[in-house]
This record gives sequence, structure tokens and C-alpha cells, in this order.
Amino acid sequence: MEYIKTDLITVLPELTVLCMAMFILLLDLFIKPKNRIVIYGLAQFTLLAAAYFTVSTYNPAVGYAFSNMFVDDPLADILKLMTFLGTSVMLVYTRQYMQLRGMFRGEYYAMVLFAMLGMMIMISGQSMLTIYMGLELLSLCLYSLVAFDRDSASATEAAMKYFVLGALASGMLLYGMSMIYGMTGSLNISEISSALLETNPKNPVLILGLVFIVAGLAFKFGAVPFQMWVPDVYQGAPTSITMLIGSVPKFAAFAITIRLLVQGLYPLAIDWQDMLLIMAVLSIAIGNITAIAQTNLKRMLAYSTISHIGFLLFGLMSANLNGFASSMFYITAYLLMTLAGFGMILLLSRQGFEAENLEDLKGLNKRSPWAAILMLITMFSMAGVPPTLGFYAKFTVLQAALQAGFLWVVVFAVLMAAIGAFYYLRIVKLMYFDAPKDCSPINAPADMQLVLSVNAVALLLLGIMPQTLMQICGVAISLSLQ
Amino acid sequence: MYFLNSHVLSFSIWLPILAGVVVLLLGNDNKPNFTRLLALAGSLAAFAVTLPLYTHFNYADGGFQFQEMARWIPAFNVNYHLGVDGIAAPLILLTSFTTVIVVIAAWEVISNNIAQYMAAFLIMSGLMIGVFSALDGLLYYVFWEAMLIPMFLVIGIWGGENRVYATIKFFLYTLLGSLLMLVAFIYLYHQTGSFEIVDYYKLPLPLDAQVLIFMAFFMAFAVKIPMWPVHTWLPDAHVEAPTGGSVILAAIMLKLGGYSFLRFAMPIAPDAAHHLSGFMITLSLIAIVYIALVALVQKDMKKLIAYSSISHMGFVTLGFFLFSQLGLEGAIVQMISHGFISAAMFLCVGVLYDRMHSRQIADYGGVVNTMPIFTAFAVLFAMANSGLPATSGFVGEFMVILAAIKYNFWIGFLAATTLIFGAAYSLWMVKRVFYGDIANSHVAELKDLNKRELLILSVLALMVIGFGVYPQPLTEFTHATAAQFLNQMAISKLPVAGLLP
Repeated sequence: MEYIKTDLITVLPELTVLCMAMFILLLDLFIKPKNRIVIYGLAQFTLLAAAYFTVSTYNPAVGYAFSNMFVDDPLADILKLMTFLGTSVMLVYTRQYMQLRGMFRGEYYAMVLFAMLGMMIMISGQSMLTIYMGLELLSLCLYSLVAFDRDSASATEAAMKYFVLGALASGMLLYGMSMIYGMTGSLNISEISSALLETNPKNPVLILGLVFIVAGLAFKFGAVPFQMWVPDVYQGAPTSITMLIGSVPKFAAFAITIRLLVQGLYPLAIDWQDMLLIMAVLSIAIGNITAIAQTNLKRMLAYSTISHIGFLLFGLMSANLNGFASSMFYITAYLLMTLAGFGMILLLSRQGFEAENLEDLKGLNKRSPWAAILMLITMFSMAGVPPTLGFYAKFTVLQAALQAGFLWVVVFAVLMAAIGAFYYLRIVKLMYFDAPKDCSPINAPADMQLVLSVNAVALLLLGIMPQTLMQICGVAISLSLQ
Repeated sequence: MYFLNSHVLSFSIWLPILAGVVVLLLGNDNKPNFTRLLALAGSLAAFAVTLPLYTHFNYADGGFQFQEMARWIPAFNVNYHLGVDGIAAPLILLTSFTTVIVVIAAWEVISNNIAQYMAAFLIMSGLMIGVFSALDGLLYYVFWEAMLIPMFLVIGIWGGENRVYATIKFFLYTLLGSLLMLVAFIYLYHQTGSFEIVDYYKLPLPLDAQVLIFMAFFMAFAVKIPMWPVHTWLPDAHVEAPTGGSVILAAIMLKLGGYSFLRFAMPIAPDAAHHLSGFMITLSLIAIVYIALVALVQKDMKKLIAYSSISHMGFVTLGFFLFSQLGLEGAIVQMISHGFISAAMFLCVGVLYDRMHSRQIADYGGVVNTMPIFTAFAVLFAMANSGLPATSGFVGEFMVILAAIKYNFWIGFLAATTLIFGAAYSLWMVKRVFYGDIANSHVAELKDLNKRELLILSVLALMVIGFGVYPQPLTEFTHATAAQFLNQMAISKLPVAGLLP
């Protein structure tokens, strides 16, 4: 009995989220529509409580639970805290948007919490089974959230695409896992790692299994050549859901990549390094070049995401602690930038109007200088221009890749980054150099404006003082992956 | 007071930036004069805090002075390390001085988004001073790139018709070059484990690595200077930029490229610099001769001055790569002097443009009849631009030409042709714009300089003549630093077989 108690304490944050999600689902049946704000409050409270339990049970040592199926290390704690933060900010940004479109329903919050539970399980998965369970929980919630606006044809189409391709990717991942299991006789990450040391690393079944796993991971990240779903889903889904898909799940994807490739399949690093290298280079090239041709803001951000993922893979493919820490730093920066970028789209949207074309940003400086400067910071951060956080993100992954000896790849990446700067500059151009097309005042709740301001200004301030964030990522990685 | 004295450079950097933020927050178009006065006060205060660099500078010391050091990003061993030598100090003074001029020059001219305009220049001034004083590679890089953002906005918001094309071209050109420099910095970081520039100076490197590093820096700085053939962004940017933007661009931003050659490319890769000096001298001569000829045929006044800037900057790079005390000091004097002259030239075009809304030479003629005082100034600056003795333009060019003749007669000869071409394009423009009969009714209605314009042009004229007659203060600044620099350049950094592991 004592044994189960320690297990349960380890998963306290997960339990909180699970119970509250179910409670919200039930409560929604009995609550009057005009009181739904209570549900929103409960969802935020859940995140706060989960964060509290994560912090209060923080332990720099690595702990296991449920027969080593579940791990609680500093990496997991930090990633979970960031997930809570991202989800909480996302809920703030999307509240009015959902209200105005008749989607302010209890299921939305329950589903977001379930999706987040999936991410938490992925982050802490120490067995391929746990990881897969978490992944499916996340994916199923996301598929249905994409179709949340069920009368929208484009959203339904996007959900369908997402589901079919996502199921395929999950299948690939599972197939890869089964091969690894067949070769090593274990589902547990650390047992796989030690078993691999005793087998021939050139075994074709192992390599094939690895290929399938990498393909599954690449799909979840949206890395080229598994990026086809990204633009369509980003554009088709309601903006609030796009924001969810584009932000926090990348943490979970990052976590399972660390768990599977680094903690589990590190003896095969030579092989997956090459695979990640190819995907990284292609993602940066295709993401940046294709983004130039886009006129839809959400679609453009989708391609921008693809290129960011390419940079993220640079850190991972370096296959050393420095590289993993820089990837983690990159993904944190990416989260803040994505939240700010989509937050701005939500800010400019209003009843019956989706600000999703580039044209809609025209003359923003005349309409609202403050909103324009926030978007300016966000865009320069995405382009990687100092003194914003985005620059340090690019800097850290590039230095990791250079340290690992990929000089010419790094040169190629910076050339692509310069090309990529063009489409971010175009947004600045629209906001500052063009005359406004519509002059309707920006009408957003005060809490959203405040959080968005803090979000974007943080991109600048963390750019001036990036040390703390870098240190957190470095410490989390080095404590968890000794 | 002690705190102020021990943090001169920090104040020089952060005061204008802070002033810019204050102007941005407090100023707006509804109270234009308040906004302008606020900006003026900010720029004057920012100029005042840089003055200790002149009064407290130790001329005998060729190393770094006014140093400040603090840990910034320990994860990558990045320090907030500032310091100036005899090359950076006068350039910082030039920067803060020019910012005051720009703020005054914009007084009634800029009437929309005044606060943003003023703030952009104040912030830019702080960032440029940061570039001149950073002694840490990453810190330098952050300042270097960050200053692109305000300039991008200045050209894009207040520029001419084709401003979007010009400003995006400006940004992407510079960014592309700079990113390669970043790769070089990261490479050096992995070699030394630090971003300290002084550590890079001591790092032995094989020749092929040196050449690669030199080329990476070259890409960044050659674009900025700009050197032929990567100069094409400059005429576009100058033509479209508002007067203040052109002034800062010509007076300071181009100098950043020149300064950075001395701070990074050459001392970090001295053997590559010697190895490639023929290449660099050739590019410089092409800039001096060919671009001067290009300037001759321009129909747009701003374009003409832009090309003349490129040609004059050719002297700077030529002076650097002769590796002689005279050439180096001449190049530095030329940088400072060109800062005043080009600023004055662009302000003169601005004076005309504000009245006529045209930059075409063909739209003018006989301006002297309606604007005699202004013409006197314009002719003086045009003379200085063509290198007339007793103006500051002469000193630097003469020193570089002398050094070039000592190095090789024909290089000196080619460089000296600029005295003819420079006079040709400057004076021919003066003739067509200012002399002759009154060309049209618009010219007949021109009003002469107002007090504000008179003030800024007089101050600049004083500087141009002052440094022309008495260049001592400038050479004093640079003498010890230049000597130390050349000693450093003479020591090979190639690893000697058997001495190093």
C-alpha cells in the first residue's frame, strides 16, 4: 500500500488535471450558459494547482513510479511547468474568441485539459507504452478540437486530414516501437538502452525500427518530409485551436524525442543524427522558402513553424548535452513567440471577422501603436534578430551544431534564416509602412491585452537577459540525462 | 559622480536608449513641440555624457580605456565588456554629435509620428555607440544587428516613394552578411571558450581558418561600408531615406563597417589580412575610381552623394590595407571627416528637398540668386567633399594617398585621380544646381535658410574647416592606437610547427 502511495504522490499533478477535467465535464451539464465563466476559472485553477503540485514535489533527483513506467525528473518538471504556462496563456487569449463564436463550452476546456494530460504523460513516459498512451490521448483530443466548430467546412476538412495522417503517424511510431521491442525484449526506455549496448547496432531490424520511430516523431513535430498536415490544419482549424496545436504539444514532442532517441536509442545516435540532419536542413529550407509565397497569416505561421522545427532539430542532432539544452531553450522561445503571434491574430479578430490574412495587419501602427510594437517584437524575434529572445534561440542551436562539427550545414541554415527574415519583415512593412484598410478599434478584454503585452515584452526582456532561461534548460537537461 | 565617471560608456549607450523610450511613451503628434523638445533634451544629455571620452582620454595609451566588465550570459561565457581605444572614441563622439544634428534637422520637417521618429534615432544612437564600445563578440553582434531595426523603420515609414523596396533590400543585405559573421564568432567561441575579443587576438589560427574567418567578417563589413560590388543597397537606401536617415547612414553606419575591420577582421586574422591585401586594395581602388565615375552621371542629388560616399569609403579600406601608420591614421581621419561632410551634404539636399520636393538636379538652377547664404555653405561642403585643402576632406585623403604612393606608385596614382573625379562630380553638381540663371518659377520663390538650418550648417561648417586647418586632435586620438595596431598586425598568428601541441 505504501508503494502505491508514493506512486500516487509522484503523479499528483496528472491526477489533479484528470479529476478536474472530468469534474468540468460533469459540471458543464448543470451550469447555465451565462455562468460558463466559472468553468473557465476552474480550468485556470486546475493549471495553477497542477503547477503548485509540480513545484512542491520538485526533486533534483530522478524518481520513478509505477514499475518504472513513469519518470519524474527535473526535465519533466520544467517541461510540465512550461506546458501549464503555455496552456494558461492560451486560455486567456482564446476566451473572447470562443465566446464570440459560440464555442465557449465546457467540452472545450475539458478537452484542452485532457490534451494537456496526454502531454504530461508523454513528458514523463519512461516506457514506450506510456509514451504511446499519452500521445494518443493528446492526438484524439486535438483531432476533435480541430473540428470543434462543427459547422465549418474547412475545419472539418482539416480535422479529417489531421486524423488520417495522424493515425498513420501513430501507426508508424507503434510499428517502430514493436521492432525495437522485438530486438531488445523490453518496453522500458532504460532497459532498451542497456540492451542495445549488447546487441549489434547495425542490425537492420533495429535501424528499420528507428526509421519508423523517427518518422512518427517527425510527423508530430511537423518536420519535412512529414509536414503536409501542418499548413492545412493551421489554416483550417479555428485560430484558438491552431494556437493550441502550434504551441504546447511541441514540448511533448520534444520530450518523447528525448526519451526515445536520447535515453532509449542513444547507442544508435550515429544513425538518427543523419536522419535528423536531413530533416532539419529540409525543414529550414522548405519552411522558409514556402512561407514567402503565403498570403494567409496562419498558413505563413505554419511554414514558419516548420522552419523553427528545423532549427530545433539542429540542437537535437548535435547529440550532446549542450545540444539538447539548446533545443530545449529553442522550444521555450518558440512557445513564447507562437503564443504572441497567434495572440495578436486573436486580438485583431472580432465578431464575424477573422484577422487571418496578411492584409488585415495593414496600418496597424495607425490603429494601435502599442499592438504594432508588440507584433514588431514578435516578428523580429521569430526572424532571430537581436536583442530578442529568438536570436539567442537560434544562436544556441547553431553553436551546438557547430560544436558537433556541422560547419557548412550551419552556414546553409543562416543563409536560409536571412531568406526567412523576408516574410517577417513583410509583416512589419504591412503594419508600419502601409495605410490601414479598416480602422475599427481593437476591442479585447483587459486581461488578454495585459497578458499579451507581458508575453511580447518578455520576448525583448528575455533577449536582454537570457541567462536565467538558458540556465534552467541547461540544468534540467544535465540533471536528467547524466 | 564616481559612478558616472566609471560608467561613461554605459551611460553613453543607455541614456539615449532610455531617452528614446521616454519620448516614445510621452510624446505624440498632438503635442509636437513638447515631443521635439524632449527629444532634443535627450540627445543633448546623451551628447554630454560622451564628452568625458574627449576630456579624460589618455592619448599615450594605445589599448582599451574606460573599460567596464560584468558577467552577462555565463552559460556561454559572454560578458558585458565595454572599452574604447583611439579609434572608437572619436567615432562615439561623432555619433552622439550627429544625433543632436539629426534631431534638430527634423524639427518641422517631420510632422507625422514625430515621437517614433525621434525615438528611433535616439535608440539607434545608443545601439551604434554600443557597437563602437563592445569588447565582447556577442555583445557587439547584438548591438550590430539591433540597430538595423530602427533604421529599417526610419526608411520604411518616413522614406520616399520606393521606400519599401529600399528598406527591405537594406535590411536583408546587411542581415545576410552579419549572419556569416555570427558563424565566425561561434567558431571562435569554440576555439577559445570565450567571446572576449582580446582572447581572439591571441588565438593562433592556421591560414585556411584565418581566410574563412576573414571572409565571413568581410561579408558583414564590406556590405556595411559598402565596398564594390556589394554596395548596391546604399544608393537605394539613401535616395529613399528621410534626411535624418541619410545623415546617420552616411555619417555613422558606414563607419561601423570600417571600424569593425580594424576591430575584428584584421587583428583576428592578420595573416589572412596580409594574404588578401591585394584583393582588398583592388576592391578599394575600384570603389575609388569606378564609383566616382558612376557618381559623375547621376541625375539625382542624393544618389550622387551616395556614390561619392562609397568612393570616399574606398579610401578608408585602402588606408587600412596598406599597413602603414600614415595610411591607417589617414583612413581614420577620413572616416571622421566624411562623417561631417556627408552629413552636411545630405542636410543641404534636405534643405532643398523640403522646399522643392525634388532631388533631381535638372529641376534646379540658379539657386544662388534666391538662397545666397545657403549656396555659400553648399559650395563649401562640395569643396570639402572633393578634398580641397584647408577642409577636413583633404587631410585624410592626402595622408592615404601619400601612404599609397610609398606602398606602390601606381596604386597611389589611381587613388589620387579621385581628386579630379571628386572635384568633377561635386562641382559639376554645384554648377548645375546653384549657378546659372534661375531655372524655373519654383526656384524663383525659394526662401533662404531659416535660423535652425543656419545653426546646424554653421556648426558642421565649423567642424569641417576646423579639422581641415587643425587636424591635430584627431591624429592625437589615433596615434598610439594605430601604432599598437600595426605592431599587432605584424605578428603572425600561424601556429609554428613544434611549438604548439
